[in-house]
Amino acid sequence: MPVVLGYLSVGFAAGIVQKAAGLSLAEIMLMSLVLYAGSAQFVAAGMIASMSPASAVIVAVFFVNLRHLLLSAALAPYLRAFPAWKNALIGAQLTDETFVVAWGRAGGGGLNPSWMLGLNLSAYASWGLANLAGALVGEQLGNIRSLGLDFALASLFGALLVLQLALQANRLAGIAVAFLAVAVAVLAALKLPGNWNVIVATLVAASAGLGLEKWKSARKS
Amino acid sequence: MEIRAEVLIIVLGCALVTLVPRVLPLVLLARVALPGWALAWLNYVPVAILSALLATELLMEKGALLPLANAIAILPVLLIAALTRSIIGSVAAGVAAMALLRAFAL
Repeated sequence: MPVVLGYLSVGFAAGIVQKAAGLSLAEIMLMSLVLYAGSAQFVAAGMIASMSPASAVIVAVFFVNLRHLLLSAALAPYLRAFPAWKNALIGAQLTDETFVVAWGRAGGGGLNPSWMLGLNLSAYASWGLANLAGALVGEQLGNIRSLGLDFALASLFGALLVLQLALQANRLAGIAVAFLAVAVAVLAALKLPGNWNVIVATLVAASAGLGLEKWKSARKS
Repeated sequence: MEIRAEVLIIVLGCALVTLVPRVLPLVLLARVALPGWALAWLNYVPVAILSALLATELLMEKGALLPLANAIAILPVLLIAALTRSIIGSVAAGVAAMALLRAFAL
């Protein structure tokens, strides 16, 4: 249930932001039901609004969603006993929020395909409905700036970043990576078009994090 | 109620590049295990990309470096996220803070 509530409010904000980015109702529903990825939809909407080329949007979304590799890999050991096509179906609807719920249950051995599909389908349905509701309300709101709703995306990124940092085993390295990514992103934004600065910053900062970890473990041994 | 060709291409392309990393590990991991360094590198990707996205989002407004209102409004978001771990609460705080700042014409 908390997942459904979370989806309703973030999906509602996503619907409003996508509407404000100039997407039609049909395009918003296409995004939420086919792409089905919160932060990626915010990113794509923002880039479409700023007339970025399709290739840049797709590359940016690839990097935004690359983290699913980790979530999917983390769940795999708990679903190894089940057929590949069932796991593919489960993976197709994997999100940050459903992962957190599934992860909480994985320890007790309660993960199975039918439970996962139930979780995924309720999250999927509430995401679609919330996007629709947000888009319909967004159509009525003339100026979303005065309500601060255009700040929902930055807020979502900020909140997800804090939650990610809290999950890091090596908190200091995580914070160092965050600051480096901010610095590189800001510098690269002055030189590069589109959202390429995000991709460059991610590659540089994640590699630096790996280097930092190797360096520290080399010093210890 | 129309769907532009450009948007359709973007959505389908995005869906494809989203589907592959979601599905592939769950299907293949029983056979192929990622080396330790790859897992360690991937572990830093979410923090790095969210930081870069946040910085860009705060920076991009009219090309100015960190508009003051954005810098102030993000503070309650980070604080509430750290204290409550609630995404909805944090987003609501950011939106409310921004609405208040704009009401007082900052």
